[in-house]
Amino acid sequence: MSDKMLPTRDGYGHGLVELGAVNPEVVVLDADLAKSTRSDWFAAKYPDRFFDMGIAEQDMVGTAAGLALGGKIPFATTYGVFLAGRAWDQIRTTVCYANLNVKIAGNHGGISVGADGATHQALEDIALMRVLPNMRVIVPCDAVEAKKATLAAAAVHGPCFLRFAREATPVFTAEGDGFEIGKAITLREGTDATIIACGPIVYEALLAHETLKAKGISARVVNMHTVKPLDEAAVLKAAAETGAIVTAEEHQIYGGLGGAVAEALVRHMPVPVAMVGVRDTFGESGTPEELAARYGLTATDIVAAVVEALERKQ
Amino acid sequence: MNRHCIDSLATVGREVRADIVRMTAAAGSGHPGGSLSAVELLTALYFKVMRHRPTEPKWPGRDRFILSKGHACPLLYSVMARSGYLPVEELTSLRKFGSCLQGHPSCLALPALEVSSGSLGQGLSIANGLALAAKMNGQEFRVYCLMGDGELQEGQVWEAAMSSAHYKLDNVCAIVDYNGLQIDGDVEKVMGLAPLAEKWRAFNWHVVEIDGHDYAQVLDAYEEAARTGGMPTVIIARTVKGKGVSFMENAAGWHGKAPGEDELKRALDEIYGKGLGQ
Repeated sequence: MSDKMLPTRDGYGHGLVELGAVNPEVVVLDADLAKSTRSDWFAAKYPDRFFDMGIAEQDMVGTAAGLALGGKIPFATTYGVFLAGRAWDQIRTTVCYANLNVKIAGNHGGISVGADGATHQALEDIALMRVLPNMRVIVPCDAVEAKKATLAAAAVHGPCFLRFAREATPVFTAEGDGFEIGKAITLREGTDATIIACGPIVYEALLAHETLKAKGISARVVNMHTVKPLDEAAVLKAAAETGAIVTAEEHQIYGGLGGAVAEALVRHMPVPVAMVGVRDTFGESGTPEELAARYGLTATDIVAAVVEALERKQ
Repeated sequence: MNRHCIDSLATVGREVRADIVRMTAAAGSGHPGGSLSAVELLTALYFKVMRHRPTEPKWPGRDRFILSKGHACPLLYSVMARSGYLPVEELTSLRKFGSCLQGHPSCLALPALEVSSGSLGQGLSIANGLALAAKMNGQEFRVYCLMGDGELQEGQVWEAAMSSAHYKLDNVCAIVDYNGLQIDGDVEKVMGLAPLAEKWRAFNWHVVEIDGHDYAQVLDAYEEAARTGGMPTVIIARTVKGKGVSFMENAAGWHGKAPGEDELKRALDEIYGKGLGQ
């Protein structure tokens, strides 16, 4: 289905460089991880608009808030686990409460940081960011979409959390595909169940779609790149038309995309839901493939979840 | 420093002190102690030092003020009201449902504020960001940030102190209300800060130490900060918590407690001179 592999963080880097050229108000901050996050691509071209804040995430977010008050569009960048974790209060009280125009770019989301192990794997960031009023949470599925998400975040006023991955994953969307914050994209039509996914695991959902088709099961695949605001209309339409939902994300099953989808369904249209995600445990070191298998984040796991949801549907 | 200026500041400062005790009494809660300790620091700033236009709160050329010790907002609200940002009569709506005077500063409720604050330790980082933006935009404004001494126990303050110096933000002026008390008691007993001036110097700041209740010293310090190029300035102001109300002075218990009816009368008597309390 795809012959090109790129990490979504590369899409962020390309997006920043393009923003640097077209929007003089865009500034980028990093906390000593600029090479890893690709913010060094922006720094190389626009050194006067790049600030390395050292290993000080709380100060970085606060400084970004001040820059936003001064009319800039700051992208505060580092690993997602440190942004959402260490700087949560700064993001909550200074950025979100005042609805400041700060973009929070959380890199190395999910298990894709691999060998670094549990301390560096952001598996709770979507949940932590999703509960904050005014915050948008965007999890692009591939490098092409990651660039679009970066540009889109700069174009809206107010806080955005963007989640990127370290490892190269298949590029399966096209430059010309539309992208709108808060608007889900149906990648495959289906009638028996719907797989709603965000981030690079969307590709696994596409693989699952093929496997299910061979079994005679028609699964819709929805790329829910924006976890907040959730495209509830797309969720409810999927529930009404397919009667069963499976969510898939590289995140704890609590509080993330699965939680968001379940909240919408329980209020309006309860249908069987199965969640693919990390099951209330911390990660460990390993290759992304080993970890995906260990924590149940593969196409095979999504297929099993669809089958399980269908059993409950009947 | 001219005597007339100091006399008029002292007159406003007296009204501000009275506002603080009236507001917290009306609210039945709030933070009088750390508001009273910084009266001179803020009165001088709003009535003499800062360039600002109360009738045009978002005037781009204004100097910026960030109240990092957000719990001292009765002081800030009073100084803002007395300089024309809002009617003085509104002050007694402090902490009440629907009021623009939230229990900790909210720029949503009171848009004349630069930013919301209250979770301690965050103000100086915001000041730095504003100062960086000013330098990038070629704007002349200065950024003032008032912090409490207990607040300096937050690690983010020292992250920010490193940043201000690293980026040579001479348009930043930090003010430490060094009253020596925090909720649990004596700052040195809870978590010692001494030697405080040496700490800031070690972080490459220009340090000015003053008596925070002496208007002449306060005004001179702000002038020295504005004159100092190439590095940020911190004014470490020795103050008395609860200053001006004898039974609140140096009493940690008055950090976050409102005066009752009799206490309010006694406080106003002391602030205005015996017998004049209303």
